[in-house]
Amino acid sequence: MIWDWFIHIHPVAQALIRVLLIVLPILILVPGMIWWERRLLSWMQDRIGPNRVATLTLKNGKKISFWGLLQPIADGVKLFLKEDITPAAADKAIYFIAPALALFPAFALSGTLPWGPIKELTPIADVNIGVLYVMAISSLGVYGVVLAGYSGNNKYSLMGGLRASAQLISYELAMGMSLACMVLATGSLRMTDMVKDQEGPLLGLANVPVVNAIQNWHAFTPFGFISMVIFMVCMVAETNRAPFDLPEAENELIAGYHTEYSSMKFAVFFMGEYAAMFTFAGVLSVVFFGGYHMLPIRWEFLSGTNPQFASLIGFFRGMDYWLAPIWFLTKCVVFLSAFIWLRATLPRLRYDQLMSLGWKSLLPAALANFLVVTTWIFCNQMYGPVAGLGSVLVGALVILGIYRGVKKVYPSPVYEDRTITLVDPAKAAG
Amino acid sequence: MLEGFSLPFPITPQLGVFALLASIAAIASVGVVFFQDAIRSALCLVINFFVLAFLYFSLNAEMLGITQIVVYTGAIMVLFLFVIMLLALGSQKLVKEKLDPKKFIGLGLGVVMAGAVASQIVLPLAKITAIRAPDKFGSPQAIGYTLMSQYVYPFEIASVLLMVGIVGSILLAKRRI
Amino acid sequence: MQGVPLVAFLALGLFMFTVGVVGVIMRRNPIVIFMCIELMLNAVNLTFLAFARYMPAPVVTNPSIPASVMGGQMMVIFVMAVAAAEVAVGLGIIMAIYRLRDSVDIDEMNLLKG
Repeated sequence: MIWDWFIHIHPVAQALIRVLLIVLPILILVPGMIWWERRLLSWMQDRIGPNRVATLTLKNGKKISFWGLLQPIADGVKLFLKEDITPAAADKAIYFIAPALALFPAFALSGTLPWGPIKELTPIADVNIGVLYVMAISSLGVYGVVLAGYSGNNKYSLMGGLRASAQLISYELAMGMSLACMVLATGSLRMTDMVKDQEGPLLGLANVPVVNAIQNWHAFTPFGFISMVIFMVCMVAETNRAPFDLPEAENELIAGYHTEYSSMKFAVFFMGEYAAMFTFAGVLSVVFFGGYHMLPIRWEFLSGTNPQFASLIGFFRGMDYWLAPIWFLTKCVVFLSAFIWLRATLPRLRYDQLMSLGWKSLLPAALANFLVVTTWIFCNQMYGPVAGLGSVLVGALVILGIYRGVKKVYPSPVYEDRTITLVDPAKAAG
Repeated sequence: MLEGFSLPFPITPQLGVFALLASIAAIASVGVVFFQDAIRSALCLVINFFVLAFLYFSLNAEMLGITQIVVYTGAIMVLFLFVIMLLALGSQKLVKEKLDPKKFIGLGLGVVMAGAVASQIVLPLAKITAIRAPDKFGSPQAIGYTLMSQYVYPFEIASVLLMVGIVGSILLAKRRI
Repeated sequence: MQGVPLVAFLALGLFMFTVGVVGVIMRRNPIVIFMCIELMLNAVNLTFLAFARYMPAPVVTNPSIPASVMGGQMMVIFVMAVAAAEVAVGLGIIMAIYRLRDSVDIDEMNLLKG
């Protein structure tokens, strides 16, 4: 009967409840993400990480540990109680709104994210332009960074802010191009259409015996795989995470664009970064990994061809439908762990390496992928899925040939080979 | 004209939403002109463009609204802010605006022009409230279809123009060509 | 939205355009002048879209979606593209002038005077 009440209230009230349904979990997940990052990062660095905070000590001296789950609460309390220092010569109005401007896109990004199959509950707004909305809001994320860097009245934070925003707008291009490939393949900009398109048979092969029971998750298609790799790299760059965290490099730019921010405002930047990580991971899973589906298996198709397993398949279908938010959350956690893994493994990129990666490697790769997707669409619709795959192969070979040809005509600079031979002291003396 | 004054249109919630958005846009546009600090002018313009995008959404032109956010708010205004910050043009010491006869002439000219346009173009159209465009006319499918079929020549020429713009701005910004 | 008359959008567009014109005449910082030009372009965009919605031209050239209905939106797309290119080049010019003369007061740029 809650459902009946929900269906009949005003659409604006329904929209507000949908907003609460995604904003509250993100707010609860951000401390969880902080804890998970610190623990996972420590395990990868061969240490233990914070595990003391939530330990209960009973009367007889025994301790029950809760693995430090309250550590983020302790961090929050510390940040809240720190002294809030405002630089005297800072531009006060901009200094105050910059953290809010950094937090707003992180939460607004989840406006078109479908985290379950029930249309009235998710996404908040199932607009015609869902994927482009993600691009638009992520391009608004530049303002928080630029204004935070400027308002500190400090050359280091200004440089950090400008470099961070240059990084953000460079990687937005490749991100938009890779999302555009997927939009072309799907034919629609709606997020729910993205998920629906990934429910079909793999690569459109509806007649091949085993393959047509697998869902068409875009990460399993050849051009979708390349788009996914490009999108993942751009995602890491957009959220200013290592190895792209030059703007926050502690040993180079003090703390980059949030140098002059202390206590609560710094906590707001921090929270915005983690919320953005979560929503980008959500976008990655919706566009490339089937959204809220449990496994890439087409249950209805299997129940049609194998009626003897109908009850078992029905059980799996029920789990897929009703526990959809849990699968979405699992995928987001997996990608967040991938973010943390990247941070633990890779060294930081230098600024010129970062820019040349974005402009000279990712953007041409995304563009070439775009051309291959267009040939796939054409051949798929005219000649069927197998011809489509063949055209993808031919297109990939053509582009590789062009790349090799260009490299032959304009080779990469060959650095002189300097080898150092150490003089053996015994031989030198004798 | 004022006897028996009644509004030719009823007050609806949509009109209230429009009034809110339009007033924010109008105040932001006035802020662009009247702030002495260039950064605050730029931020007022950002607010103006953002609210304009919502107005485009209310006109059912959702593709153009989101393009407004991506292109104008997300790229053009960021470029403005970059240039203002890099050249440190935000400080008031650099360009002191003194009281000029230009200001009053400008204001007078603006008022005269607005009055002329309003009386000749806006007032005769005062009765129109019916929407005549089809419902999906702002959808990406409609825009994409039209752009690639009837307007493909301007589309290609616009892409050449953008390339010329890119090359030109790189050359202009280089310290040594 | 239903219930909003055409003149409301036109009045807002006219107001923004007038503020832009006044800004171009009044201000001396060339970047702010540039921003007022962008304001004028956006006012024009709003007017185009308002007319595209309320008074599309009645000529039907093609049964699916008449090109005339989409004409307003096409104009807005091209205005956005041209404005983007213009801003890039114009800000490049301003930066070059600043490097040369170390000042951006347009009242001092009077080499061609007299």
